[in-house]
Amino acid sequence: MEWEAVIGLEIHAQLATRSKIFSGASTAYGAEPNTQACAVDLGLPGVLPVLNAEAVRMAAKFGLATHATVAKRSVFARKNYFYPDLPKGYQISQYELPIVLSGYIDIDVDDEGSKRIGITRAHLEEDAGKSLHEDFHGETGIDLNRAGTPLLEIVSEPDLRSAKEAVAYMKKIHALVRYLEICDGNMQEGSFRCDANISVRPRGQEAFGTRTEVKNINSFRFVERAINYEIERQIDILEGGGEIVQETRLYDADKNETRPMRSKEEANDYRYFPDPDLLPLELDDAFIEDVRASLPELPDAKRDRFMEQYGLSHYDAGVLTASRELAVYFEATVEASGGEGKLSANWVMGELSGLLNKEGKDITESPVTPDQLGGMLKRIQDGTISGKIAKQVFEAIWNGEGDADAVIEKKGLKQITDPAAIEKIINEVLDKNPRQVEQYRGGQEKLFGFFVGQVMKATQGKANPGEVNKLLKKLLNP
Amino acid sequence: MHQKTIAELAAGLRAGDFSSEELTRHLLDRISGLDGKLNSVITLTEQQALAAARAADRRLQEGDAGPLTGIPFLHKDIFCTRGVRTSCGSRMLDNFEAPYDATVTEKLAAAGAVMLGKTNMDEFAMGSSNETSFYGPVKNPWDLERVPGGSSGGSASAVAARLAPAATGTDTGGSIRQPAALCGITGIKPTYGRVSRWGMIAFASSLDQAGPMTRTAEDAALMLAAMAGFDERDSTCIDRPVDDYSASLGSALNGLKIGLPKEYFGEGLDASVGAAVEAAIDEFRKLGAEVKGISLPNTSLAVPAYYVVAPAECSSNLSRFDGVRFGYRCENPKDLEDLYVRSRGEGFGAEVKRRIMVGTYALSAGYYDAYYLKAQQVRQLIRDDFVKAFEDVDVIMGPTSPTPAFRLGEKADDPVTMYLSDIYTIAVNLAGLPGMSIPAGFVDGLPVGLQLIGNYFDESRLLNAAHQYQQVTDWHTRVPEEFK
Repeated sequence: MEWEAVIGLEIHAQLATRSKIFSGASTAYGAEPNTQACAVDLGLPGVLPVLNAEAVRMAAKFGLATHATVAKRSVFARKNYFYPDLPKGYQISQYELPIVLSGYIDIDVDDEGSKRIGITRAHLEEDAGKSLHEDFHGETGIDLNRAGTPLLEIVSEPDLRSAKEAVAYMKKIHALVRYLEICDGNMQEGSFRCDANISVRPRGQEAFGTRTEVKNINSFRFVERAINYEIERQIDILEGGGEIVQETRLYDADKNETRPMRSKEEANDYRYFPDPDLLPLELDDAFIEDVRASLPELPDAKRDRFMEQYGLSHYDAGVLTASRELAVYFEATVEASGGEGKLSANWVMGELSGLLNKEGKDITESPVTPDQLGGMLKRIQDGTISGKIAKQVFEAIWNGEGDADAVIEKKGLKQITDPAAIEKIINEVLDKNPRQVEQYRGGQEKLFGFFVGQVMKATQGKANPGEVNKLLKKLLNP
Repeated sequence: MHQKTIAELAAGLRAGDFSSEELTRHLLDRISGLDGKLNSVITLTEQQALAAARAADRRLQEGDAGPLTGIPFLHKDIFCTRGVRTSCGSRMLDNFEAPYDATVTEKLAAAGAVMLGKTNMDEFAMGSSNETSFYGPVKNPWDLERVPGGSSGGSASAVAARLAPAATGTDTGGSIRQPAALCGITGIKPTYGRVSRWGMIAFASSLDQAGPMTRTAEDAALMLAAMAGFDERDSTCIDRPVDDYSASLGSALNGLKIGLPKEYFGEGLDASVGAAVEAAIDEFRKLGAEVKGISLPNTSLAVPAYYVVAPAECSSNLSRFDGVRFGYRCENPKDLEDLYVRSRGEGFGAEVKRRIMVGTYALSAGYYDAYYLKAQQVRQLIRDDFVKAFEDVDVIMGPTSPTPAFRLGEKADDPVTMYLSDIYTIAVNLAGLPGMSIPAGFVDGLPVGLQLIGNYFDESRLLNAAHQYQQVTDWHTRVPEEFK
C-alpha cells in the first residue's frame, strides 16, 4: 500500500510592534515576570481593548507579500476558554472574517523544483501569558508579560506532502516575515511558533485521513523530525488495521517521538462571537496602497534580480536571498569588489558561510565586513593574489589582522606573475626532478600535477597558477 | 440643604451661603443616620469626600469653579474608584480595591464634584429590583417594603431620599430609567457611545451606558455634560462634541412631535400607571406639542432578544472572575478546576449564574445561529422600527415601567416576570438610543415614571422636553415622608 502524507502548517508569528495589540504595555522580551502587564493585559474589571494600528499594517504587509486579499472589513472575535495564563477567560482573535485571505507562496524543494503552497488565511490575535510548571513545587507560575503581544496566525492549505516540503515552507515564511520586518523570527524566544496538522491517506484517494495536530515545534529540524515520526506512526497504525485518533500531540525532541498532550481530552467549544468592545476593522484602498508602496523588495523578486543582474544560478541566488541580511551583505560586497558578482557569490556562499557556520555566527555577526571582503576580491581580480592565497588572506582578515592590502603586505603574499621569475623556478624544479621529467615526456601526463605542486611549494603558493600552467607546458614540451 | 437641587446648591456655594465642606458633612451625617432604613450605600468614603470638599472650597474661593464644583454625589459601585472598594454588588469583588479610576470617576472629580460613597446595586448590574446584591436588598424610600427598582437601586433610592442631590447609574436594559421611575426621580441613559465605558465594570458591552440620576432635568443636564465625551480608551465611544445641554433647556416645545407607540399602552400595563402617563402627556399637549399614535411593531421581540444578547455578552465578560488574579478566591483549592468551580460558585449569586449559563448556551456550538445570531438580527429590526418612527416624530413617550414599585420578594422567585419589568425600556438599549425617565405622578402613594425616547444624540431635546414639563408640574419635587 502506498501512502501519501497530507500536511498543513499553522504558524504563529509574534509581530514586532513596540507595544501590545490591545494595550500600551511593552512587548520587549526578557523582563522580570509580570512587570509588562498593564490593567488591560491583566483583564481587570472595567478595562477595554484599543487596537494597535502598527499590528494592522504588519498584517496587511504580509497579505500583500503573499498575493493574498487584504480584507476591507474584518472582525475581531472572542475565543472563550478558561486557563490561568488567559486573564480575561477569552482570547481576542479573528474568526469568520480574518484580515488576510487566500494567498500563496512558492517553495523550492531539493529535487522537485518549485511548488505553490496555498495560504488559506492569516489573522490577528493576542498572545496568552506563560505558564511555568518547573520551579514552583507542584504549583504553576503565571507570567503575564506575554499576554496581549500581537500574533499573526498564518494557516496554510493542506498542500504539503512531505516533511521536507513543510520545512521549506516554514523557512520561506520565516524569511519572509523577517524581510518584511514584521517579526524577528526568533524561535528560541517564541517569536515564531509552528503547529503541524498531519494525516495520511492511500495514494490516489481524494478524501483526507484523520489528522492529528502536533504543537509548538520550535526549530526547523524538529519540524522535519516530528512530521516524519508522526507520518510513520500513523502509517503503522493504519497498516495494522487501527484507526487514527484525532488529537493534539506534543513533540518530544529528546526521544524523537510525539505524545498525546497531557491536558484533559475535553473538546473545547470556544463559543466564538464578535467582540462587542471593538469596532469592525475597515481598511480603504488608500491604506492598502500605502502599505503596498512601503513593501521592500521581496525574496523571490530579489532572487530573480540577482539571477539576471549577477548571472547567478537559481540555486545560488536562492541561497543568497534566504535572508535579507545575507542579501544586503552580498550586494555590498559586490559593490566593494567593483562589480564581481559571481566571485562575490562564491566567496559569500563558500569561505564566509563556512567560517560563520563553524563558529555558530549569523551573517550580522561576521567579523569580515562587505567592504573588507570586496576589497580582497578586488585583489584577486587584479591579480595581486591568487584565489588560493586569498584563503589565507581571508582568514587573516577574519582574525582581525587588518584589511586585505595590509595583510598581503605584511605577509608578503603578493602573487608572482613575472614570467621570467616563474620560468626560473620551473627550471629549478625540473632540474631537481629529472626522473619525473623523463617519465612525463615518456607519456605519464598525470605527472603534470606533480610539477605544478612543486612549483607552488617552491613559491609558497604565490605563483600565478595560469602562468605556471602555461610556462610549465612550454618547458615540459619543448 | 438636602432639599436643594444641584443648580440651587451651586448658586448657594458660589454666593458663599455655605461651603462644600458643610454641605458634605451634612449629607454624610444624613446618610449615616438614615441609610440604615434603605441600605443604599455600600461604602461611605468620608475622609476622601471631606478632602475633596475642602479642595472644592479652595477652587470656589479662587473663582475657578464650574457648575459641579463642590457638589456631592453618590457613585454606583460599578465604577472603578482608585483605592476604594469597587464591589459591583457582588461577593466576587467584596475585597477588590480598584487600582485605577473609571473615566466617569475622573471626569466628575475633575469637575470638582465630591464623591460621598459607592451605592448598592443588583449584582453585576443584573436585576430590576436591587434584590440580588450581596450586600442585601435596597428599600424604596416611598415604601420601605417595596423595591426601588434595579440595577441602580441604591442610587435611585438615595437620591429620592435626599441623601445626595445626584448619583451615577448605569443602564443596560433599563437600570437607570426603571429605578428612577419607581423612586420618583429623573434619570437619563444617553446614546450608546456618548459616555466612556472605561473603568465601568462590563455586563453587556454592546448595551451598557452610564448616566446621571437626579431630581430634575436641569440637574441631569449638568451631570451629563460632565460625564459625556470622547475617550480613546473606549473603542466604542464616539468622537463627537458634547452638546451644551443646559443651554437648550429653556426652549419652548411648540410643534414638538410626540409619538405614542400603541404597543406600549396595551396588555400588561397597570391601568393606573397608564392613566398617570396619559395625564402627563396631556401636559405636553398644553405646552404646545403635537401627539400622535405610532407603532413599533417588533416591540414584543425586545425582551427575548435582550435576554439572549445580554447574557451571552455577560457570560464572556464575567469569565475573568476566576479567583486567580483578584477578587474572591475559595479556601484551600485542591487543583485548578476546584479553584475555578468553587471561587465562581461561591463568589457569584444565583441570578448572575443563571445569566452566565443562559449566555453560554446561546453561544454554544449548534445554538449560536439560532440564538445569538438570530437575536442580533432581530435587534436590527427593532432598531429599524425606531429609525422609521423618528422620521415622523421627535420624541417617543410612554410609561417607563408597567407597574409601580412591587413588594420585596414578590418577583424574586420568578425570573421571567422580573424580566418583563423592563419591557418598555429594553428596546431602547438594543437600538442604542437615548432614553429618560421623569416623575409623572403617583399611584397609591407610589411614583410613576414617564419615559422619553430620543433619536441618536438627541439628549438635548429630551432634557429640554423634561425640563419644560418640570416647570409646569411638581411631581419631581415630592419627598417621601420619612426623608424630609
